[in-house]
Order: sequence, then structure tokens, then C-alpha cells
Amino acid sequence: MTVLQTPTGFSLDNSGRRIVVDPVTRIEGHMRVEVNVDQENIIRNAVSTGTMWRGLEVILKGRDPRDAWAFVERICGVCTGCHALASVRAVEDALGIKVPKNAYLIREIMAKVLQWHDHVVHFYHLHALDWVNPVNALKADPRATSELQQMVSPSHPMASAGYFRDVQNRLKKFVESGQLGIFKNGYWDNPAYKLSPEADLMAVTHYLEALDFQKEIVKVHTIFGGKNPHPNYLVGGVPCAINIDGNGAAGAPLNWERLMFVRQRLQEAYEFSANVYVPDVIAIASFYKTWLYGGGLSGINVLDYGDYAAVPYDHSTNRLPGGVILNGNWDEVHPIDPRDPEQVQEFVTHSWYNYGDGNNDKGLHPWDGITEPNYVLGANFKGTKTNIQELDEAAKYSWIKSPRWRGNACEVGPLARYILAYAHGVDYVKGQVEDSLGRFNSLAGTALTAKQALPSTIGRTLARALEAHYCAKMMLDDFDALIANIKAGDTATANIEKWDPKTWPNEARGVGNVAAPRGGLGHWIRIKDGKIENYQCVVPTTWNGSPRDPKGGIGAFEASLMNTPMERPEEPVEILRTLHSFDPCLACSTHVISDKGEELTRVAVR
Amino acid sequence: MMTETFYEVMRRQGITRRSFLKFCLLTATALGLGPQFVPQIANAMETKPRTPVLWLHGLECTCCSESFIRSAHPLAKDVVLSMISLDYDDTLMASAGHQAEAILDEIIEKYKGNYILAVEGNPPLNQDGMSCIIGGKPFVDQLRRVAKDCKAIISWGSCASFGCVQAARPNPTRATPVHEVITDKPIIRVPGCPPIAEVMTGVITYMLTFDRIPPLDRMNRPLMFYSQRIHDKCYRRPHFDGGQFVEAFDDESARKGYCLYKVGCKGPTTYNACSTVRWNEGTSFPIQAGHGCIGCSEDGFWDKGSWYARLSNIHQFGIEANADKIGGAAAAAVGGAVAVHAAISALKRAQHKGE
Repeated sequence: MTVLQTPTGFSLDNSGRRIVVDPVTRIEGHMRVEVNVDQENIIRNAVSTGTMWRGLEVILKGRDPRDAWAFVERICGVCTGCHALASVRAVEDALGIKVPKNAYLIREIMAKVLQWHDHVVHFYHLHALDWVNPVNALKADPRATSELQQMVSPSHPMASAGYFRDVQNRLKKFVESGQLGIFKNGYWDNPAYKLSPEADLMAVTHYLEALDFQKEIVKVHTIFGGKNPHPNYLVGGVPCAINIDGNGAAGAPLNWERLMFVRQRLQEAYEFSANVYVPDVIAIASFYKTWLYGGGLSGINVLDYGDYAAVPYDHSTNRLPGGVILNGNWDEVHPIDPRDPEQVQEFVTHSWYNYGDGNNDKGLHPWDGITEPNYVLGANFKGTKTNIQELDEAAKYSWIKSPRWRGNACEVGPLARYILAYAHGVDYVKGQVEDSLGRFNSLAGTALTAKQALPSTIGRTLARALEAHYCAKMMLDDFDALIANIKAGDTATANIEKWDPKTWPNEARGVGNVAAPRGGLGHWIRIKDGKIENYQCVVPTTWNGSPRDPKGGIGAFEASLMNTPMERPEEPVEILRTLHSFDPCLACSTHVISDKGEELTRVAVR
Repeated sequence: MMTETFYEVMRRQGITRRSFLKFCLLTATALGLGPQFVPQIANAMETKPRTPVLWLHGLECTCCSESFIRSAHPLAKDVVLSMISLDYDDTLMASAGHQAEAILDEIIEKYKGNYILAVEGNPPLNQDGMSCIIGGKPFVDQLRRVAKDCKAIISWGSCASFGCVQAARPNPTRATPVHEVITDKPIIRVPGCPPIAEVMTGVITYMLTFDRIPPLDRMNRPLMFYSQRIHDKCYRRPHFDGGQFVEAFDDESARKGYCLYKVGCKGPTTYNACSTVRWNEGTSFPIQAGHGCIGCSEDGFWDKGSWYARLSNIHQFGIEANADKIGGAAAAAVGGAVAVHAAISALKRAQHKGE
């Protein structure tokens, strides 16, 4: 029996029964988790493993920096566009390019459309089934469901008893067909599900409404970037030129009709998050008022770079300000500098990589990252190299590296941003938090404060919903600013003064940071002789899903599972619920870059 | 018998018996069968359970799934609830771990030879296949296991079809397209990064409706979506023909919507439906939004030069005559053979059902 104390105060005890969940589903990419439960079925040790690796940064080496956005955009098709934005920002930072105001605003709108879309799809289609039982919805009274709908969201028009009855009938037919499709083998008789049948029916109905609407909001990307997923970006600006009333306006990428199209979709998104998404999360949370597990690192260390500057390039105007909070002290926010070699560093002690010089326990700043893939398993693992039964967390056990801020493991994501914004005193955010907590407390009959409620699985899910709605508000503001700027006579969308590589310095390096849906994202680039010399991404799920560091510090996924009781350990409802609250994105989190890494890649493809 | 049939699904969606029979007549016509086969087809559809689809994910970015759920016609929810039985898809399914893996065994056993395998992403072969691990084992093992008894494979997107970004030089994980690993099954390739949503649901609903693989070109892409270059149907084509080009981003020509060929557009060498079907319910497509096509549905497009480098090979064979010569004849032969084969299968099924 081993009990380990972590620097953030968790006691890891791996003596109890080991439970393995692989694959973890309803996430982007591939992931495995192993936990040990004690005799009361409480989780006392957690081991999270990134189970995929694609090597995109090796692939970027030697390419044209202006092309990089498309490569890194394919890191992830769920948070599509945020890596592209981080990339063009990194390249522009390296080359000293400032984009025109219109381009800045169009990118801002696109980033928030992504944030909104990603959050909605995450909640309804990846996360809801951890809280909502579609089979139980068959027992609902449609009339009572209608009353519930009108109570939690009086402004949502789709609320009649007949509407809910139709959905219920369709669901009934589906279940009775015996072909349960995506609901097959779910944990539908597990007592971990707490909603009333009416709340289940309301949520299932909104699962379908959200599926229909999510395809509408992404059309904003289609207007500005030509398609979604994976809209097009451009170093120096945006590719969609503006022509409001000139010769050829009708065939221009952005004319008045296109802008009005965008305005309409933004307004609809605002109404959806106000009337459906936020009320649903509050209503569902109220049924789980006693289930305040899953806080993990969020009540201790949180981090974000800050984003959404109201004035282009002036980070003091960030509408979601950044920084680092340590040890749960919301009264002190440490400033963060992504260029400082002492702040953000990555470790590979427990990751399937090596640092070349034999010292695998040091931390490296992303500009200086070195990594070689090294898939080895520890002395105490069970199984074979290609059929793992149980991992040995004392050794290497993940394709994810371990980023740390001045050596501290931190949680990133909407909850981290909301805790930071709350601590910074951002009025809109404070208002949202107080209002939603008030509604929650009144439904649940509780009196929880922000500091009690936010650091939890439910708090993480609530913060995401609130952030989606804040983004809807901000993108409408950005749209108004765009129209005002065009009205003032500025129609520029691209700065191509430094388009030609001949205008670049021989060597340059830059950073691009984005408030990505899953948390603070950073891309670091080195350019030499017009080509990419080095490219490194430190992404949100690398922070949250990281394995242990040399000091024994655990990442946010592992911390969040600690001390959670499971109703039935063989049915991982609670594990999925808390892991999903982070919206894990594994394709994002696993990457590599190195000179020596290339040696491994000289294998002929037949 | 609890299983819902295709007919019941259609009725539930408000399709009348009369329309249903008309649909069967169209199906018969499309299959080259006479009207006397309508009752057999109707009977087959009335008794047919939804086809199970097992959707596996390898090395990928999930953009194909994201595109799929954007489908407007048909709506993604109708496909998933009423047209197919999406029994395994780790992005959307409720269960995880052992309970998820158990579904594969059950469907393989129960629907041997009758389920469709959809693959998003691809298997890596380096690192013992362990740079993509499912259930503690290499993804390629899962792929082989599920492929063995499937009816047909749909390779979604450029990853499964060609390798895509992780297979770009130097391909560190040796990411390998599906057809190089599975060689004994019919494979329909639906490339694009991602493919257009309505192309994805179009391929699936075509297969369910006509019970055959759509006619394919020599690269096994559906002819109905991939037989023409984006350039052939581009709304900016008159500017190309008229010699009116964008010379730099945001110049006067860019604002007038002139041709993007000189800023690197790969439309002249890319086979896809972007300029016809367009994206996100026909809203727009990359060229309409001012950026050249990057050629994302073409094999190895990541290694064919910068997005902004002007194509240098199109003048040699002329815009009109080129790739039709290269692939047209072979494609017609293969596509024809597949169609004939499929029609015979369908005929046999219809006859069998009629007995």
C-alpha cells in the first residue's frame, strides 16, 4: 500500500480496487482513465492517459509560416478555428504585423461563434447524458413538462404540452424499436441519475433543438471563412474582402446581405443561450444540489492568458482578463507572461517522450521544447505492450506532457476564466454568477456562495454556459463595432505589407494566445530564413489532462476525480460526468516537436 | 418483433403510403427494374430494420463528425434517430469502456455481413500502433476486427481516404489510410477535410435507399459528388476566362470577387462539390468567402506546395481537357461494374423477399 501526498494537498492511495475506463467516450480524441476505489467505492487514486499522438509539430517544421494555420487548425475539428487563430497571431507577433480593425473584429466574432457553438454542442451532445436519462423521459407528463419549461424559462416559445408529447412519442418509438443506437448500453437504471422524468424530457427535447440550431450559428464561419468545420484564415487579416456599395458588391465576399445574414444568426444564438442553455444548466444542477464533487484543482490553482480585448492589441481592455490564482487565494491574481522562460514550462517525467540529454525531469519553455517519442511502460504495469490491462503511474503513462506555471499544476477552461474574471471584478461576469446562483439557490433551496459552488463539476458546467452567453453578447457588440468602423469609411481587411518573405528578418519568434473553448491556448513559433524552425502548441487539455510532474503534482483531470463516491464502480457515470465537465480534447493535447524525433519518422509508407 | 422498419420510419415522418409506393417505384426505376418489382421493394422496406452503423475513430481531429451533425437535408437528428442505427460512435454514444466495447461484439455477431463500418481518421502503424490506443490495444486491431464482417466501409474524410495531415511529410506515426490496411471489402472514399455535411448524409442515405454503393470513380469516390473540379462550376469562372484576377488579398479585384487563381486557388485541380452543393446548407464556400481552395479533398494536398503558390501545371493540359483524360475512362468502367453488381444484388434481394 502506497499513499502519496501531492503538492496541492491530495492523498493518492492506490491500494483499493482498480477500475479501468477505456475508451472514455463523448470526448474529442482518445483517452483512458484508471481509478482505485476504497471499500466505500470512493475514488482514492486517479490516473488519466492521453491515448493518441499525431506529431503535427514535426510535420510543420520547414514549412511556410503563412501556411501553418491550416495545419494546426486540423489539430482539432471540434474547437475548429481556435488553433488557426493562435497560429496567425503567433506568426504576426513574430513578424510585427498588425491586422486592420475590420479583420480584428471579424476574427473576434469568429472566435466567439466558435466558443458559443462548442459550448452548446458540448453540453447537449457530449455532456448531457451524464445528467439526463432519456429512458426516464418516457415516464414524463407532457403537461407538467410544459409547466416546468415555462417556469425555468418563461421566454422560450417552444413550450407547449403538445410539443413535448410529440418529442416523447418519437422517443418512445425509438426506444421500442429495440435499436437504441447511441443510447445503447447506457447506465439508465443507475441511481446516479437524479432528474425528474419531466426534466429529462425537457432536456432531451433541447438535445434535439440544440442539434438543429448548432448548424445555424456556424454559418457565420461560412460567411467569413468559407466553410465550417475548418474555416479559412489569413496571416495579416481575413480573406473576406468588404464591398458594401461599390462596383461588384453583389459578388464580393462581404456585402450588405452577407453582414445582415451574420447579424441574424448572432441574434438567434443570443436568444438560445438566454432562453435554453443557461436555464437548462441551472435547472438540471438544482436536482444535483448535493453532488458538489469534482472541484479538483479549480478551487486551488487556475490559469488563463486573457483574451477578447475591446481595443485591438490593448490587453488591459481584455473582456476576459488573464492571470494565475494560486492556493485558492482569489484576492491575488499573478500576471502571466508567455514569453518568460521561467513561467510556462513542460515536463515529460511521466509522458511517453524523452528529453535528449538524459535529464527527463527538467522543465522546458515552449520556444526551447525538445521531445522524442518514447513509448515504454513501467515495471508494475499489467498486460502486454500492445494490450494494456493496467498502467503503472509511477513510470511513463501518457502521450500528454505536463505543462506547469512556475512549477504549479493549474486548471484551465471556462471555470478558470470565470474565477479569474470574478476575482478581477468584471462586472458582467459577477452579475451573471450572482444571478445564476440566485436562481439555483431558489430552485434547490440552498444558500451557496460563488466560492462554494463554482469549484465543482457543476460549477465547471455552469461557467461554460455563462461564458457562452457572455460570448453571444460580446459578438453582438463586436458586430456593432464592425458596422460602425465600415460606416466610418474603413473597409480594409488585410495588411499585406509583410506578405512577401523577403520583407522578414532572418530570424524571428512569436507567441499567439487564444481563449479557446477548453481553456488558455498558446502557440509558440520560431521562424528562420522564411521557414518554420520550431513550432510548439501548449493546449488546454495538455494542462488539464497532464500526467504527474517530477514533484508528484497531479493534473486537473486526476485531481477532479479524487474523493468522489461511485454508486456502482462498474458503471462509470460519475467518472464520465466529471471528466466531461472539462470537455476533454485529446487530439489537441498530444503533440511533439524535435530534431531527433524526425529520426524516428524515416519509415517508408508502403 | 420490436424492430422498427424503414417503412414505419417514413410513415412517422409524415410520408403517406401513396408517397411511399411512389418512392419504391422510383427506386425500382433507378435500379433498372420494371414496375412489377415495386411490391417486392415495398415489402423489403416494410420489414427491414434500420441498418446498424459502427463509426470508428482513429487518428483524427473529429471534423468529420462535426461536419456530419451540420447536415441540413436530411437533418442529422433524423439520420441518427430514424434512418440508421448508430450503435457505436465514441464521439456521441452514452456508454464508455467495457460497455462500449461490448456493443461491437454484439452487433458484429447479430448483424454479420449486414452492418456498415464508417471510419473517421486512420490507424498509425509506428510505435507498435500504440500512438492510437482503444481499450488498451492498437486502434488498427479494432479496425480489423470490425471490418472483418462488415458489409461495406465508408472512409470519411481525407484521413481515412488518403492519410491527411498526420500523414503529411514526414508522417511521424506512419498514419495509413484505411484501404491500405483493409483490402478485402468494398470501400467508399468520401474525402475532404472535412467532407461537406450533405455529401456525407447523401452518401449514407443513398446506400440505405437504393441498397447499393453509389457509382464510384477509379479512386472509389462517389461520382455524384467528386466527378467535377471545383473550378468547373465555380461562380467566379467567368473572371478566370476573362483574365480578371485577384493579385493580392484585399485589393480592388478581391473586393469585386475576381478569380483567385493567382493567389493560389487549387480549384482547377480539386475534385469536390464545394462550388455546387456549397457549405453549411449552401451558405457559401471558400472561394466565395475570398480565400482560394486549398485542395483538401485531394490525396497528399498538404505536401503539394503553399496554399498561396500559383498552380503551375494547369496550362499544360488546358483547363477543359485535363483530368477527364487521366481518370475518366477507368472511372466509368469501375463505376459501371459496381453499379451492375449492386443492381443484381438488389434484384436478388427483391426476388427473395417476394418469395
